[in-house]
Amino acid sequence: MRTIRIGSGAGYSGDRIEPAVELAERGGIQYLGFECLAERTIALAQQQKLRDPGAGYDPLLEQRMRAVLAICKSKGIKIITNMGAANPTAAAAKTVEIARQLGISGLKVAAVIGDDVLDACKRGNYPLLEIEGRVADLGNRMLSANAYLGAAPIVQALAAGADVVVTGRVGDPALFMAPLIHEFGWAMDDWDRLGKGAVVGHLLECAGQITGGYFADPGVKDVAGLARLGFPIGEVSEDGDLVITKVPGSGGAVTEATCKEQLLYEVHDPTQYIQPDVVADFSKVTVTEIGPDRVRIRGGSGRAKTGQLKTSIGYIDSYIGEGQMSYAGPGALERGRLALEIVRERLKLTGVQMSEARFDLIGADSLHGAALSAGGAPYEIRIRVAGRTDSLAEAVRIGNEVETLYTNGPAGGGGAAKSAREIVAVVSVLLPADLVAPSVQIFVA
Amino acid sequence: MKLREIAHSRTGDKGNTSNISVIAFDKAHYEFLREHVTAERVRAHFADIVRGEVTRYELPMIGALNFVLTNALGGGVTRSLALDAHGKGLSSALLDLELPDMPTTFETRAEPAP
Repeated sequence: MRTIRIGSGAGYSGDRIEPAVELAERGGIQYLGFECLAERTIALAQQQKLRDPGAGYDPLLEQRMRAVLAICKSKGIKIITNMGAANPTAAAAKTVEIARQLGISGLKVAAVIGDDVLDACKRGNYPLLEIEGRVADLGNRMLSANAYLGAAPIVQALAAGADVVVTGRVGDPALFMAPLIHEFGWAMDDWDRLGKGAVVGHLLECAGQITGGYFADPGVKDVAGLARLGFPIGEVSEDGDLVITKVPGSGGAVTEATCKEQLLYEVHDPTQYIQPDVVADFSKVTVTEIGPDRVRIRGGSGRAKTGQLKTSIGYIDSYIGEGQMSYAGPGALERGRLALEIVRERLKLTGVQMSEARFDLIGADSLHGAALSAGGAPYEIRIRVAGRTDSLAEAVRIGNEVETLYTNGPAGGGGAAKSAREIVAVVSVLLPADLVAPSVQIFVA
Repeated sequence: MKLREIAHSRTGDKGNTSNISVIAFDKAHYEFLREHVTAERVRAHFADIVRGEVTRYELPMIGALNFVLTNALGGGVTRSLALDAHGKGLSSALLDLELPDMPTTFETRAEPAP
């Protein structure tokens, strides 16, 4: 049976680049996907685009394209990525510019647009999923609204002969489902195969998280060669069976355990993993090691899509001010506690307006609270105060009040750090899919 | 016995909801996990952290459980004041769960070669 090999070259925006080069050079792949767009990233990118109409795509797009474009072109490897973020058209134009500089001619670069649904969201005033209220309640704090597109426009771009497809917001698995639909001619209502495709995309989209990254636990789960961690290759057959593997000689490991952890990563009900194109069912998936660094995945299925598209709305939520300071040696924990009490009282005395605050002892109980953190006194402790405010100026005062511990707090505090930042947060709505009209623009180098 | 001796785990995040997988190293231990690592135990373990519900999903084909914890990430990953806003470390906290010793009828996991 015919199979194709798809490499995953990035699991997030800041990911390492050399494994993608390794995949292109030695992975025997026909497609290389880069998933680089976290929930909030597109809202921040939209802010950049508002300041500069030519900006708003992934900051590492240029570096990544320079690293892989020539190899991919020479081997006929198609690149599919959501590095277009808030501006796929500008990202595609930039890619063409880079191709020309590298002396690559005839490269076809497609931009997938239509995920920006800000106007439709405002018109429909849909209920927000994670918090109380409706779209209109966000008022002028709303920055962006992007619907998760399905694989169809990427397939359209591939059918038009694109060598590189640059999208904004699409369902992450769609980046990897599109080549399967394109190559094998899967129908867009073949729910069972699309469900299997969603399994493929889900397992590949976080790159190194399935090849031993984010997995090692010395003495319990050891992984060799993490510094040279290789990224995964999905070998997919026409009927949707999958083998996960990696470039021979690269670091890391593909085992049943690494695949199972990634299968359930960010999954809620495994019988309904909702994607734009299908509701996938992961509950009957089997995971079987069939050779060194080769794991077979079978048994995914699917049923009809919901007809609604999850849409991420980025909005200015608040401001967060933060300060940190370290204490060491005998009594470090007690001095840390005293420092927190002092800052807490000073923030009150000076009238800093916060709607919410945290007073953490890093090294003692900052992550999971006192009940789960029982243990002996640590040698060193770092205090952390973080508070939410309505303005940046107010947020600045929180870090300042931690820094003044230098000359106004317990003995031996050092390494003060402070920050204040605007918080762009994300909430979701469900948008009727028929309100969203994706399209494809092709540029040629 | 700690959960960490027979299972591994990874945390994922969506908004203000966390999911934590619990995967048996040896599928033969799945029933033991199913019996002892209940939604109630997980809720009690994270009493200071989870403000919502804990739901458990079962995946016998891969010997795993999946816990979904709502209202668990300080108001949501993108706005939380927490140091670990994603709750990435919750899986490690869950592996500290105390379990009864394994019945001797169970085969124990082969020790990895040194």
